[in-house]
Amino acid sequence: MGEKPIKGEQKAFMTGNEAVAWAALAAGADIMYGYPITPQNEIMQYWTRLAPKYEKKFLQTEDELSAGFTTVGGVLAGRRAFTATAGPGNVLMQEPMSMAEAMRIPTVVVVQQRGGPSTATVIYSQQEVTLTCFGGNGEGLRVVYSTSSHQELFDYTIKAFNTAWKYRFPTFVLADGYQAKMRESLVLYDPQEKGQKMVPTEAFVGKPGTPGEDRAPAHLRNTYNIEEELMDELAKDIKEYEEMTPEITEYEEFNTQDTDVLIVAHGIVFRSVAMAARELAEEGLKVGYFRPITLRPFPRQELQKAAAKAKQILVVESAYGQLLKMVKDNLYGLDVPIKGYLRPGVGITPEEVVADVRTILGEEE
Amino acid sequence: MDKTVKIALAGEGGQGVQSVAMILTEAAAMEGKEILYIPNFGVEQRGGVSIAFVQIGDKKIGAPKFKTGDIVIALSDRAVRRVNMYAGHETIFIYDAGIEGVEDDLPEVAQRVLAIPALETANKELHPRVFNVLIMGALIGATHVVTLEKAKEAIEKKLGYKFEQNPKLREMNFKALERGYEMVAGTGVA
Amino acid sequence: MKVLPKIPKSWNLETKPHKFCPGCGHGLILKALGQVIDELGIQDRVVFGCDIGCSLLSWDFFNVDSVQTHHGRTTPVMVGIKRANPELVVVAYMGDGGGYAIGSQHLVNAATRDDKITVLLVNNTNYAMTGGQMAPTTMPGQKTETTPYGRDVSEAGYPMMGPEMVAAISQDGAYVARGSVARFRKLKEYIKKALENQMAMRGFSFVETLSTCPTNWRTNAEQTWAFLEDEMTKQYPPGELKTPTGKEG
Repeated sequence: MGEKPIKGEQKAFMTGNEAVAWAALAAGADIMYGYPITPQNEIMQYWTRLAPKYEKKFLQTEDELSAGFTTVGGVLAGRRAFTATAGPGNVLMQEPMSMAEAMRIPTVVVVQQRGGPSTATVIYSQQEVTLTCFGGNGEGLRVVYSTSSHQELFDYTIKAFNTAWKYRFPTFVLADGYQAKMRESLVLYDPQEKGQKMVPTEAFVGKPGTPGEDRAPAHLRNTYNIEEELMDELAKDIKEYEEMTPEITEYEEFNTQDTDVLIVAHGIVFRSVAMAARELAEEGLKVGYFRPITLRPFPRQELQKAAAKAKQILVVESAYGQLLKMVKDNLYGLDVPIKGYLRPGVGITPEEVVADVRTILGEEE
Repeated sequence: MDKTVKIALAGEGGQGVQSVAMILTEAAAMEGKEILYIPNFGVEQRGGVSIAFVQIGDKKIGAPKFKTGDIVIALSDRAVRRVNMYAGHETIFIYDAGIEGVEDDLPEVAQRVLAIPALETANKELHPRVFNVLIMGALIGATHVVTLEKAKEAIEKKLGYKFEQNPKLREMNFKALERGYEMVAGTGVA
Repeated sequence: MKVLPKIPKSWNLETKPHKFCPGCGHGLILKALGQVIDELGIQDRVVFGCDIGCSLLSWDFFNVDSVQTHHGRTTPVMVGIKRANPELVVVAYMGDGGGYAIGSQHLVNAATRDDKITVLLVNNTNYAMTGGQMAPTTMPGQKTETTPYGRDVSEAGYPMMGPEMVAAISQDGAYVARGSVARFRKLKEYIKKALENQMAMRGFSFVETLSTCPTNWRTNAEQTWAFLEDEMTKQYPPGELKTPTGKEG
């Protein structure tokens, strides 16, 4: 091992993509596989500049299918491997990640959402929520962290490696083009120095000893002869996923005791929502927020608890109802009304949120 | 400064809009301020208007984009039309006096609309290359988001390698910064 | 010529007899591979990756670490493993559909990039697992489930000349050959050279094997052999297409 990339706490002012590359280094990632796509390109660009200095590797692949499957290969070889993608690349990424999901391969993927489909805008959206949480022909047994700042991009990229390797579910860090491209300040650190242990990696193939003599061979597959065989396998995974859920779900809430309007938002939109809610609360209005940090698994009980004390729920997102659908699903059975402020593919300002909440409060009077 | 200052700076590709934002935010970072800077990027940027959205304050910055800026600066006719939507009742809207045919596009709501002879001054008194630094001076004159001293340090940090080859460039950049500052500071907007 | 029924040590006896149809060529190819693994003494560091299609039936064929991947994606998985741990010897095992159609971009790019992996591709002129549809390798005029009147090349295109393509795009250190299950010793020699090429880190290695599929060809033993020997070898001449320059020993 070469020198440590980060010593002590370092205040930095940089783009989100750069923060991700530093986080991967700090987490001890060994290899990145990737394919160019805006707005995540600079993750690869920073990684390729930093990596050789610390004996890390990179492979630019022929597409995102390959980026995902080579990442799977890197993890199978026992390395902390990751990739990053966006938009149409995330669509292709779902196939390799469904393999990782089915075989419990701890891959890490950073997603910088853009407007879709295909080229659409290369700029920004929150339209990859459903895709990242439930993409692939499987059951969505993955972990998805939705970040809202550069500090979180750094923190959760490190955490993603640990969650993935501890629980062996593919783990995603879901950000967006704004977070990718904007510059803001954050503190870089070495997790080990802060007492945050990195979960050790383990090879799936090529372990010591001769298979069939010293040890059983690894026979990894996702082919099953009969329906029940698959169901048994899935039942085991689902059980483990559900056992993991209370250990890893994360959320943030504000002013959720007795609210007239409880705003639900994730990612960068949450920042506008937080500003709006605080501003309105300062005026004495009963406005609070709930922010899921893990979109998968979703903090269901916690949202239910907050929602039970709310008169109205307002879901704010840069998509046409992707978070809204998850909120409805998780609040099924509660009779609190749910509205959406849905702006697919565009950013949402605090002013807009304030105005929408005022409209709702006005209607109720 | 107890309030976050919101700046939208727009110009043609090549006018150095993003460089100004980089240097300005660098200076603010050196002052320990909280900053959020996001360029408009994507397909529009190629052959379109380049915009830098910059917010500087003492507290953590909220959303990356905003509806209304405190200072909106436009450096071309297309830029005026592209960013006049960011002007509100408290906005100071600054544009280059040399831009023609935008009379009807200037934001009526703005608190103040200011035409400054930046391009002309750069061309005649200094050098066309320092036009963007002159604009940065004007921006600082209007907002005082950073001190001129820190701005100079940031310029030194970003362009120092060029100054080593040609020390005259340093002097010219600093002069441009000061000229820009005076253009606005003298108008009583800040 | 009689091939002695010697069972390779690297075979997983618990899964024998194997799951392939009677008369299928896969067993022979995997036997050659098993013997090569034994002879090279690499059972402890081979990683065997198999694709979707009949090749997937080999997922527990060997007592070597094995990964069954998605259709066409065995090449990138093996590339990923090799890049992450170059000590391992990786084998990507796939059919003609996986290698030449759905996963062709991976084959082309791994070959061009000169990834130090071995791709073993089985050419049986059809998609066998799915019930005998036209494959990139289906012969002109050959009847399949999706070319019931025979492959009309003006409509359905021409057969893919895989090794010829790989030989053209690969680098000087690459090894490229086309073997046949009808010539077992040659086939084994090619597979051995391919693995040795990888172990010497000389370059990409690729062996296509002409194989049999009596189930979907709907042929008896004699017809099966005749199609392989008389028809297929005319379209797809066996032999070495590229041997690495600057060979060591």
